[in-house]
Amino acid sequence: MDRPLRLITASPVDRLARTVEALLVVASQPLSVEELSEAANDDSERIETALGLLGERYAEGRSGIVLEHVAGGWAFRASREAAEACGRLFERPVERGLSAAALETLAIVAYLGPVSRPEIARIRGVAADSVVAGLVERGLIAESGREEGIGGAVRYRATPLFERVFGLDSLSALPRLDDLGESTNEIRERLESVAERRGA
Amino acid sequence: MPRVVVRELELDLDAFEGPFDLLLTLVLKEELDLAEIDVAGIVLTFVERLAERGELDLEACGEFLVLVAALLELKARGLFPDEETELSELEPEEAAEELARRLAEYRRAKEAAAWLAERLEAESDRFFRLGPAPLAPRVERRLAPQEPETLVVALRALAEEPPEVSLAHLELRFPPVAQFLERFRSVLRRRRVFDLDAEVEGMSRIEQAVAFLALLELRRGGEVALEQAAPFAPIRVRRSAEERREEWTARSA
Repeated sequence: MDRPLRLITASPVDRLARTVEALLVVASQPLSVEELSEAANDDSERIETALGLLGERYAEGRSGIVLEHVAGGWAFRASREAAEACGRLFERPVERGLSAAALETLAIVAYLGPVSRPEIARIRGVAADSVVAGLVERGLIAESGREEGIGGAVRYRATPLFERVFGLDSLSALPRLDDLGESTNEIRERLESVAERRGA
Repeated sequence: MPRVVVRELELDLDAFEGPFDLLLTLVLKEELDLAEIDVAGIVLTFVERLAERGELDLEACGEFLVLVAALLELKARGLFPDEETELSELEPEEAAEELARRLAEYRRAKEAAAWLAERLEAESDRFFRLGPAPLAPRVERRLAPQEPETLVVALRALAEEPPEVSLAHLELRFPPVAQFLERFRSVLRRRRVFDLDAEVEGMSRIEQAVAFLALLELRRGGEVALEQAAPFAPIRVRRSAEERREEWTARSA
């Protein structure tokens, strides 16, 4: 609250900022600069400037609405300080009650996608059908083509909604998992020693 | 502490809740898909029950091992029907390697899942609007002003009986055999011998077929003799001797 909200003047960029603001209010998903530029009928550089203005105005601690860059676009969300009140108003149905199995499956799809159900089942050792169906229903993953060959299994990928729920700019913002080369060796050694003892 | 009775082991899994022997019955009757069952969860339950008891119950352990091993084998076969031969062909070291690779892969997935769970917790205070509305407010394509009359015309055209479909192109037109009989007879009146191929050249397939029928007809009546040097060689048509004699008689008369 270091400075009061600026009064919007009649300067052209301010007017564009108002248009962008309006577009972000009516959109239900993050909008990219290109989409904003097309809808506002203005060039993308000026859109970026307008977004800069809005970002200043709609910042955490300054406004109940916060502008954020998420899932490859710009979107409004509630400020974190209002989270408790928002939580009393409505639950977050997409991520409510995600089981450990669902999170594992989601991780596999997000990191390895597009990936098919048989592949998921192979990695997890448990059939993935119902878990995958649940994630599709929540909108966190979606069909993305089929495996090559006749009758190839349907493949799945993580959706923009997934990125948004997890607050990721894109899938490439997922952290790199530690290179597990060492632990592979560890597991292998353990297996081999068990085999030796059994053979003796 | 009571004995652990393996078959009465109470299970509380994602896909099943109840005693172990009911689970086995359902699996054997194929009413429960083994692929959905978390076998590790069964093992955990058993180990917990065993630990509660405090002393090792070898009988129960033995029974449990046999049942779980069978269950695991069934499940593995169900999950990897195509890999059965593939894996059994591997050398023990290779199989260990493959197993280690798969375990590492699964561990990686588990770690990723743990990260997602943490992230979800950290982001639980981010609320945003979620609507079914389509993504971008697309630029609308404006329609030119329309006359309601055009709609009426379009509807009227739809309501009309469709014209009868012509089947004319499906019909085969056969020229009468008699036409060719006459034709060949007239040729034979001028010449004693002719080649069928030369005579029917340029005709359609159907006409050629009917011409051949006519020829067979003439042959049956003994009016002509047919010769062909080799299969697919030209068919030579010759006025038969009898025919010539009649002609001779006719001329001399």
